[in-house]
Amino acid sequence: MGQTVHNLGSIEPPNGAAAEAARVRRLLQDVTDPEIPVLTIGDLGLIRDIAVQGDFVTVTITPTYSGCPAMLTIEIDIRDRLLRAGFTEVRVETVLAPAWTTDWLSEDGRRKLRDYGIAPPAKGADAAGKAALFGEGPKVACPLCGAADTERVSEFGSTACKALYRCRSCAEMFDYFKCI
Amino acid sequence: MNQDQHVDYLLRLGDNALILGHRLSEWCGHAPILEEDIALTNVALDLIGQARMLLTQAGAVEGKGRDEDALAFGRDVLDWRNVLLVEQPNGDFADTIARQFLFDIWNHQVFSTLLGSTDAELAAIAAKAVKEIAYHKRHSSEWLIRLGDGTEESRARMIRALDVHWGFVEELFTPDAVDQAAFEAGIGPDLAALRPEWDAAVAAVLDEAGLERPEVGWAVHGGKTDGHHSEHLGFILAELQFMQRAYPGLAW
Repeated sequence: MGQTVHNLGSIEPPNGAAAEAARVRRLLQDVTDPEIPVLTIGDLGLIRDIAVQGDFVTVTITPTYSGCPAMLTIEIDIRDRLLRAGFTEVRVETVLAPAWTTDWLSEDGRRKLRDYGIAPPAKGADAAGKAALFGEGPKVACPLCGAADTERVSEFGSTACKALYRCRSCAEMFDYFKCI
Repeated sequence: MNQDQHVDYLLRLGDNALILGHRLSEWCGHAPILEEDIALTNVALDLIGQARMLLTQAGAVEGKGRDEDALAFGRDVLDWRNVLLVEQPNGDFADTIARQFLFDIWNHQVFSTLLGSTDAELAAIAAKAVKEIAYHKRHSSEWLIRLGDGTEESRARMIRALDVHWGFVEELFTPDAVDQAAFEAGIGPDLAALRPEWDAAVAAVLDEAGLERPEVGWAVHGGKTDGHHSEHLGFILAELQFMQRAYPGLAW
């Protein structure tokens, strides 16, 4: 039995494919969102699949906000990293379902956002009512001074993913990564 | 539903998003306050992003090799399938809010239904778009209340703007053979059945704004069904399509 397996020299065992995918994931670990450069595409949960066949790799990603112009830059960066790493053909495909949600942002990503001065998206109970027409909106703590007493200035900010808030305690304006 | 009808139905959705997105982009640098300049262009960006996905899917179903760009830049007025409401000029800020509000409430209903579309790609687009449209709806509703319940001047302008746009609402809810076929195939909603919920949602916001439901006594149709557009669409396309008309196949 063992000998039969060894004779299938050109076919990689399953753990080999997984190892290759993990290597590609490591190669892509410093590809960042050009508009929020502290976040990697791993933090954002954008990579849905990696398939490696020899020198040929397909990376499947999912778009964030429908009109986000950063997606094109991210695709170019992925291609660039993998071509430099020796892959001869790199395909970047996008898949829409399941739709990306801010709930996929990693804990590490949320911490990095806060350190960068952007309040991370509300989760769970804090996000309640995010689709409601009126009412209070999510509770957003100031990423600069930590105070809970903040107010929404506009639900639309400097990029598609951000809303503009003001802290009533330290009086600074700040960005909030809004949930979808 | 035949293939032509399926393509036509997707073009309606994509054209609504692209034309309204283009209209809102005209506000860039001209809005009354900076936050609104940013908000209107963000909504434009969402809509244009949605239009790209919807037109891409229309081209895929059509199967003749037309991509999003070919559909956006290569069709003349008669081939556009957007409703007349979205091509109306920006006017003053109250006009823009009235047009947006009447559309957003309907658009949110439509995309909520599309979540369960039998066109799996359309359902996937809707799953993304519906969350963005919820933000648009809240934004235009809040402004309608702020202006209606604001100063004498803002209230008068909001009332006039609702009167101007109210006659375009009928087209949103009047199904033709394509809408009916989309409904029967499980691709799109039963348009006429959406009306009571729309009326209630609009009434709630008007009430909050201290405004009456307009009684205008006229209604126009023909944009989505026959490409019988107002003269405004031609001017939009002249700007939107200029580069591809002047330099066909231009790429960068």
